Amino acid sequence: MMRTTPFHPRLAEFSQSQMWGNWSGYLSAVRYDLSSKYEYFGVRNAAGFFDTSPLHKYWIRGRDAELLCSFVFARDVRTLKPGRAQYTIWCDDAGFVMEDGVLFRFSADEFMLTAAEPNFGFLKKLSSRYDVEIVDATEDYASLALQGPRSRDILEVLTPDISGLRYFGFTETKIANTPVIISRTGFSGDLGYEVMMPAADALRVLDEILEAGHPHGIRPYGDEALGMTRIEAGLPLIGVEFNSSRYAWTAEDRFTPDELGLGWLLKGIEDDSRPFIGRDAILRERTDGSSRWRTVGITVAWSDFYELFDSRGHLAVPDEIPVAWESMLYGANDERIGYATSFMYSPVLQRHIGIARVKPMYAEPGTDIYLEQTVNHEYINVRATVTTLPFYNPERKTA
Amino acid sequence: MSDTFSYDAIVIGGGHNGLTNAAYLAKAGKKVLVLEQRHLVGGAAITEELRPGFQFTTFSYALSLLRPEIIQELDLVRYGFMPLLMRSHFAPMENGDYFLLGPDTGLNRQEIARHSKADVDGMERFEHDTARVRQFLRPLFDSIPPNLFSDDPADAEKMAWLLKHLGTGDKKVIHDTVRLLTGSIADFCDDYLESDIIKATICSAACVGIKLGPMSPGSGMNWLYLSMGEHDGLGGAWSFHKGGNGGFTQVLARAATAYGAEIRLNSHVDHLITDKGEVKGVALQDGTEFRAPIVVSSLDPRRTFLEIADPRELPADLVETIQRFRFQGVSSKVNFALDGLPEYPALSGRTDQYLGFINMAPTVEYMERAYDAAKYGWYSERPYMDACIQSLMDPDMAPPGKHVMSCYVMYTPYELKDSTWQAERENMADRVQATIQSFFPNFNDLVLQREIVTPDIIEAKTGLSEGNIYAGEFFPHQMYFFRPAPGYSDYRTPIRGYYQCGSGTHPGGCVIGAPGRLASFEVLRDGR
Ligand SMILES: Cc1cc2nc3c(=O)[nH]c(=O)nc-3n(C[C@H](O)[C@H](O)[C@H](O)COP(=O)(O)OP(=O)(O)OC[C@H]3O[C@@H](n4cnc5c(N)ncnc54)[C@H](O)[C@@H]3O)c2cc1C
Repeated sequence: MMRTTPFHPRLAEFSQSQMWGNWSGYLSAVRYDLSSKYEYFGVRNAAGFFDTSPLHKYWIRGRDAELLCSFVFARDVRTLKPGRAQYTIWCDDAGFVMEDGVLFRFSADEFMLTAAEPNFGFLKKLSSRYDVEIVDATEDYASLALQGPRSRDILEVLTPDISGLRYFGFTETKIANTPVIISRTGFSGDLGYEVMMPAADALRVLDEILEAGHPHGIRPYGDEALGMTRIEAGLPLIGVEFNSSRYAWTAEDRFTPDELGLGWLLKGIEDDSRPFIGRDAILRERTDGSSRWRTVGITVAWSDFYELFDSRGHLAVPDEIPVAWESMLYGANDERIGYATSFMYSPVLQRHIGIARVKPMYAEPGTDIYLEQTVNHEYINVRATVTTLPFYNPERKTA
Repeated sequence: MSDTFSYDAIVIGGGHNGLTNAAYLAKAGKKVLVLEQRHLVGGAAITEELRPGFQFTTFSYALSLLRPEIIQELDLVRYGFMPLLMRSHFAPMENGDYFLLGPDTGLNRQEIARHSKADVDGMERFEHDTARVRQFLRPLFDSIPPNLFSDDPADAEKMAWLLKHLGTGDKKVIHDTVRLLTGSIADFCDDYLESDIIKATICSAACVGIKLGPMSPGSGMNWLYLSMGEHDGLGGAWSFHKGGNGGFTQVLARAATAYGAEIRLNSHVDHLITDKGEVKGVALQDGTEFRAPIVVSSLDPRRTFLEIADPRELPADLVETIQRFRFQGVSSKVNFALDGLPEYPALSGRTDQYLGFINMAPTVEYMERAYDAAKYGWYSERPYMDACIQSLMDPDMAPPGKHVMSCYVMYTPYELKDSTWQAERENMADRVQATIQSFFPNFNDLVLQREIVTPDIIEAKTGLSEGNIYAGEFFPHQMYFFRPAPGYSDYRTPIRGYYQCGSGTHPGGCVIGAPGRLASFEVLRDGR
């Protein structure tokens, strides 16, 4: 039997499609609506909520908690203030990215890590020489992401404490008399929050949020709409843009932070002496200029996409659901230059967009490149343009 | 004349085409001034808060035909472009039943089967055949028609391309194209479908804005035109823009301004200033003058050629063609502020049927009878209405729990026999409300306020002559080569430097932006 998250009884009522996927052994909605496009617009235009309960959650507590975190995670946690969270990655000794997650700092010596993949053993092993305690709290908490322009209005009805919350800040407060942790984080590239609560009280909190959200058009969204919003936001997804280097079979399946477009997390490492796993290799990559890839956005003009099909007697039918495979990229002389890891038709930009890995010399925004598509049972290239990420970045996200 | 009053280009009218044109010209580096007579931009695409918290889409209310190139070339998403795709299409019936299409094709088959098993595949054939017609016509729709009557080699080249395109078309597709362009939508539907409610649903989309019934030849062409939208990459998909269609024109205004265009409100252009057949600028009603070597009019052909320009400076045959250009508006709006959602008894408790068009045109005959009245100068006893409750999708449109309902009404002819709209306005709106009430029994109790917009008001507020929503009737002889007049379909006029970019030019009306965009290319090509 598949397991269900604490929110499931309510989520099942919302589900018109009854399409569920599997996230770490839990039922996780592919979509609730008959088409995920409407869930996407729910997030962009009003407010959507996504059940993130299966996320792994680990407490990292103790006198050496900061020391451990600053060694394990590539991004410097020493400047992270209590009440703030940061997106982070951890690497292997060769400087390849293993995984990513969000680290919350509750106090000087108390952190929580949320991550998509299990890491308890990894953290425990590393912590043995430190004065810290690692606690797997995954099943203690239910969590949901509430994203979209109305998310703040909804939560403000329930708790005034979130009013001043800045991007990546969090607060411990109460909803329905239940202690909850609300952070201004999410995966949609929009204004949004994540709410963590004791699993036992999850339905009560959700019902309060639903009631407050009803006049604001709140609706649940599933994995497909999540994928659409996160690609527009230019956010990499483990399992799509990369997999843990620990489990890679070949060098082609390992990527450095710079190659994944995550170099910005490593601000200051040239100038400080903080030891962290992968540091030397990353610095060497930077001095040698040995990055193999750059991560960029690509767009295909609608007229080019239409013409690609029309010129072969077909009608172009775009699909906003992200494609589940990589698409090859070529240069002007038909040379292989990389591949798109994510690709979809953006309902708001009304053209195809993608996240791609290209050789550094092709990474300049505005560069014309060619994307392989299958048309009329043939591989045919369509012109695409290199862009910066993200594709969609409303002011309200951070304002 | 001080420098601040001199520009590279002046655009008359701040509707969506004027704004689009100005944005393209400004983006190309021109110093552009938009002159708009009203206190707000948008023209026929505006949103007004007529009651605190209630946003009314006074005139146009839905988006489909907007050319995708414009979204991209003007980078509109950066300025707030946000189309909310409709999810459903709902047609209540007089016997209490309904026809409801949603986003799932499998479920739609079942809904069609409820009305006719034969129409399940009939509808799929209809959709396939019409998609092929659209594909065939799209290159004509999105390019500037060749001037049939010029000896310019560039036009000859375009003509050659056109003839080749027509010559290489598939036999069936060409025949279907002609059937649609010249025939009635009712006949076309009969070739595929049995169920009257399904036919009526298609027919209703064919009659929007034109003084024709579903049984009139010509209604097929209007259906085709209104399905040419490639919104969201899907033929014929419609959306509500966030904040209504006025939300969309605000996006355009932000984009145009960001590219450097200046928008001057409360500036009613009175006439063109010319010298020896060449444009020099414009004068406002209050006498203020602005100078520019380029003036682009986004107004309809009657105003562009007969009011803003001096007809004495134009060839007599052009003046004559424009004088007989048909407008004959038949559209009204009755917009409501509602205290809650209407209840449809057969779908009691449900609201998902309201996430798109609500089409009150229960039979083909109902529509045709609604049209009959207009032929004789009167408005329909039971009008055909296309309603939508935008606030259900966009919480910014009404206070929590409250709603706005836009209700587009046909047929209400501009000229009434032996009466005036002044006298008939309330009575017309009462008929509208009574008809809605006949489908939704709790409707009257929900109405907090209504706004009545008849053809005379459309004309007075937007300048669209006789209230024709397309700035000129969609007749074959007023389209393509002939829009607005033979020899003037390339956005130029006989006055050098004076151009047209409104809905009265190719391809035509709707919130589409194509006239504004294509005209900007011609302006820039002339390099003035
Ligand atoms: C009631 C109604 C409903 C409609 N519904 C839809 C719909 O749902 N979807 C759709 O796609 N289309 C719809 N349409 C059609 C569509 O709105 C119009 O075709 C389109 O908006 C016209 O745009 P435009 O820029 O060409 O002209 P307009 O929008 O008419 O713009 C012209 C502008 O010029 C200004 N102006 C006029 N005279 C002067 C002057 N002398 N000096 C300065 N400024 C002047 C006007 O104030 C106006 O702002 C509807 C139209 C109406 C009237």
